[in-house]
Amino acid sequence: MKPALSWFARLRNGNTPSGRMLAGILASPLATLSACVCLLLLFAALCGPFLVAQNPYDLAALNILDSKLPPGSSGFEGANYWLGTDGQGRDMLSAMVYGLRTSIGVGVFSGVLAMAVGTLLGLIAAYFGGRLDSLIMRSVDLMLGLPTILVALMLLAVLGQGVGKVIFALTLVQWAHFARTVRSAALVEKQKDYVEAAITLGISTPRILLRHLLPNCLPPVIVVGMLQVASAISAEATLSFLGIGLPITEPSLGLLIANGYETLMSGEYWISFYPGMLLLVLVFNINIVGDRVREVLNPRTGER
Amino acid sequence: MSSPEILLDVAHLSTHFETRRGVMKAVDDISFRIHEREIVGLVGESGSGKSITGFSILGLLDPPGRIVTGSIRFKGQDLVGLPAAQMRALRGKRIAMIFQDPMMTLNPVLSIGTQMMETVLAHDKVSRAEARQRSRDALGMVGIASPEERLDAYPHQFSGGMRQRVAIAIALLHRPDLIIADEPTTALDVTIQSQILFEVKRLAREFNMALIWISHDLGVVAGLVSRIMVMYAGRIVEAGPVSSVLDQPAHPYTAGLLAAIPAMTPKGMPLQPIPGMAPAPNLRPAGCAFQDRCRHADAACQSTPPTGMLGEQYWQCAHPLIHTSHKEPA
Repeated sequence: MKPALSWFARLRNGNTPSGRMLAGILASPLATLSACVCLLLLFAALCGPFLVAQNPYDLAALNILDSKLPPGSSGFEGANYWLGTDGQGRDMLSAMVYGLRTSIGVGVFSGVLAMAVGTLLGLIAAYFGGRLDSLIMRSVDLMLGLPTILVALMLLAVLGQGVGKVIFALTLVQWAHFARTVRSAALVEKQKDYVEAAITLGISTPRILLRHLLPNCLPPVIVVGMLQVASAISAEATLSFLGIGLPITEPSLGLLIANGYETLMSGEYWISFYPGMLLLVLVFNINIVGDRVREVLNPRTGER
Repeated sequence: MSSPEILLDVAHLSTHFETRRGVMKAVDDISFRIHEREIVGLVGESGSGKSITGFSILGLLDPPGRIVTGSIRFKGQDLVGLPAAQMRALRGKRIAMIFQDPMMTLNPVLSIGTQMMETVLAHDKVSRAEARQRSRDALGMVGIASPEERLDAYPHQFSGGMRQRVAIAIALLHRPDLIIADEPTTALDVTIQSQILFEVKRLAREFNMALIWISHDLGVVAGLVSRIMVMYAGRIVEAGPVSSVLDQPAHPYTAGLLAAIPAMTPKGMPLQPIPGMAPAPNLRPAGCAFQDRCRHADAACQSTPPTGMLGEQYWQCAHPLIHTSHKEPA
C-alpha cells in the first residue's frame, strides 16, 4: 500500500502533464466525485460477474415465476431482487452490471480505435500538408457534416448486427473528431523549433511524427477522447435501443432500456428506469471529468 | 589555416521565396568557401538572409522557399537537389546545426537522454547502451555536471545556458565536419554567452570541426572567428579575415555596423546608428541595396556594384572606404 501511495503522491506533485491532470481533478470536488463514480463503474464493469448474484444470460439460472417483480421483492426461491426483475425473471441489478460491461467495453474500444486512426490521419495531414491534407480534412468535413446516428444506422443496416460491427460503425463516425483536433494541435507544434531541430539531426519522418509531434499534441486528444467515449456509449445505447445495435445475446444498457419501455407507463417502471439511470450517471460523470481535464490542460483557463 | 582543403563551396547561390506579393530574393547570388577546421562568422541584421543561407545548406527550406540557382558543394558533393534520404544521412552526421533559442529546440516531453540517443541511433547501428554511453560522454564534454543523472532529466529542468550546452552536445554527437550555429547565444545572458562561445571554440578546435557562426552581433563574432562575412539584403557585401574587416572595413555598411557598437564608440560620444531600415526583399532598389542608407551613394550605385579585393579582403561596393582611408587618413 505504501509504495502505491507514494507513487500517487509523486505523480500528483510532479510537474508532468499527467500529474497536473490528476492535481487538477483533485482540486475540484465535483470532478473528484465524478472520477470516483467513473472508477467505481469501471470496477463494476470489470469485476461484475464476480459481484452479482446471477448470470442473467444463463437461462438455467432464471425462474420465469419471478418475472416482473418490483424492486426489493423476494423471489420464488428466496432470492432478493433489489432492483426487481424483467419479463424473463432476470435480476435487474445483475443484468445492469452485465449491460454496463458491454456498454463500457464497446464505448472505450471504439473510442480508442477512433483515437488511433484519427490521430494518425490528423498528424499526417498537419505534417505533410498540401493535397494529402486537403484530402484528409475534406473527408473529416464530410464525416462531421453527416449525423452520427444516421451514418451508424446505415452502416449497421448494411453490415448487420454484432459487437465488431457496432465498434466499426462507431469508429467510422468518430475518427474525424480526433483528426481535426490533432491536426490543429500539430499545426502549432510543427512550427516549433524542436521539429526543425529533429530534422537537422537526421531523425526519420515516422519518428518525428510519433515521438516528437504526437506527445506534444496529446492533451487535447485526451479531452476529446474522454468526451468521445461518453458519446460512443450513448450512440451505442441509441443503436441498441432501436434494435440494430448489439445482438440480444450481448445486451447493453440500451437494449435493457428497450426491453422495458413498452411497460414503462403501466407501472413496471424499473425495467427501463434503472438501466436508463445507470446510463445517465455513466455518461454524465465521464463528461464532468472530461470537462475538468479540458480546463486543466487548457493554458487559457489558467486553472493549472 | 594550415589545411587548404575546401569543405564547403557555395557558388552563386540564390534562394527565393515565391509569394503572391512577388519574388522575395532572400539570398541573392552569394558565393563563399569554408575550409576544413575554419571558424567563420556570417554577420548581418535581421532579414539579411543569413539564416536562410544556413537553411539552404541543410536543405531545410519550407515552401515557398526554394534554391533557384547555384550549387552547394560539401566535400565535393552537390547538396542542391540531393535526394531526401541522402540529405537526411548527412544532417546531424556530417553537418549539424545549433539553433537560436534553446527553449524551443529541445522537445519538452522527451528526456534529454532519449533525444540524444535517438540522434545516435538515427545514424549509427549501435546498441542502446552504447548510444547512452556516447550521449553521456557528449554531455560531459560540454561541461554538464553529473551527466549520467542529467540524461534522465527533461528540458524544463535545465536553465537556458544548460539547454544550449545540451543542444551543442547533441550537435557534437557524431563529430560533424561542419556545424552551423544560428545565433546560438542571442537568447542567453551575457555571462553565459561568453562561456558558450569559449566552449564552442574549444570543442571546434578539439574535434577539427569547421564552424559557421551566424550572428547579428559583431562583438560576439570578433573574438571567435578567423574570417567574417557581412551580409546585407541577401548579398555578401564584404568578407575577409576578421582583423582586417574590423580594423579597416571596406563597405560603408560594415563601417556603419562598427560605429553602432557601444563598446567601440568613445565614452560620451553618441552612437552612430545607420539611418533608415533594410529594404524589404521585394522592394530593393536596382544596383546596391544599401544605397538609400549610404552617405557615399551616387549614380554609380544604381548599377550592380563592382567587387574589389585587397589581400584576402573582398567587398562589393562602388565606393569602398579602403581607398578613401588610404588617401586621407583620419
